[in-house]
Amino acid sequence: MPMDLPPFQRLLDDNRDAVYRYVLYAAGPNEADDCFQETWLAALRAYGSLRNADNLRGWVLRIARNKAMDAARGRSRRPVPVEAVPEQATYDRNGLDPALWSAVGTLPPKQRGAVLLRFLADLDHAEIGLALDCSTDAARRNLHEGLNRLRKEWTP
Amino acid sequence: MTDLEAVLQSARERDTPTELGQHVARRAADEGLLDVAYASVDSPLGPLLAAATPRGLVRLAYVDNDFDAVLEGLARRISPRVLEAPAQLDEVRRELEQYFAGRRRRFELAVDWELVSGFGRRVLQATAAIAYGDVASYRDVAVRAGSPRATRAAGNALGANPIPIVVPCHRVLRTGGGLGGYTGGLDKKRYLLGVEGVQTAATR
Repeated sequence: MPMDLPPFQRLLDDNRDAVYRYVLYAAGPNEADDCFQETWLAALRAYGSLRNADNLRGWVLRIARNKAMDAARGRSRRPVPVEAVPEQATYDRNGLDPALWSAVGTLPPKQRGAVLLRFLADLDHAEIGLALDCSTDAARRNLHEGLNRLRKEWTP
Repeated sequence: MTDLEAVLQSARERDTPTELGQHVARRAADEGLLDVAYASVDSPLGPLLAAATPRGLVRLAYVDNDFDAVLEGLARRISPRVLEAPAQLDEVRRELEQYFAGRRRRFELAVDWELVSGFGRRVLQATAAIAYGDVASYRDVAVRAGSPRATRAAGNALGANPIPIVVPCHRVLRTGGGLGGYTGGLDKKRYLLGVEGVQTAATR
């Protein structure tokens, strides 16, 4: 017997901006719209057979992260190991410091993912862990190390 | 919070373009992923929530504040793949508009009976056969549903009608013409009978 999942529309309403902001930076402005749609369609496909209703936000952002990496892989047009794929966090149309975003772009993938998920998608450590497929502690560590690195490489 | 964190967080200002959500609903429908599509439909009786499966209209609800409760019920009883998709309800909206304008006497839209079963379904299907402007008693529909003595159970089934207006439970009155009950409130029942030009002791 499946557990009570909320109506999918509620999941979409509660997390649409988190997904959009994340893919905007993780996949770049040219891929953001596609990534957004692919994320929600993949989530909808899997939703009927989902076995665990805890941490739905982390679950959706994990799909978004995979779609963003797929988009980057498609852009490079050749097979690349997943962890080597850059997430192209260089978007600065909001007038943000391009130097900061290029610093984010040079972080190791898990640190970059943790930073983007924390600050753009507003995820907590447990949600980041699910999205990055690592433990809550590892998520906290990645975020901490990512921020430390950014502090060294960037000053306001 | 440090300056760095504040700057990172300020990138959060961007909202999702509205049309992107609509693209998702349309592509979901194209791919057959929309188990339940819903939309809000305006009516003279206030906003209605209309929900359809690929088989047809499955729920029409008078909603004031319990929109979420109706959606949760659909997620639980049919499928959690519930999405707002107004385009999927265009035919329902059109026929309801015509009905309220007095220009439609029979609904042609497809109905999905999934939310009712057994005796309740037979009662509602008998009710669906009552013609526009006509009325029947609770006992009449019990008889037509095959259980002449189950008048009270027929009343309960009508009270739980998931598709009011389209399945016209408002056409079922007490023997002798008393208004009986109506889930949306007796004012609504009186209004619908008025649209259809029904004159009874109870509507005058």
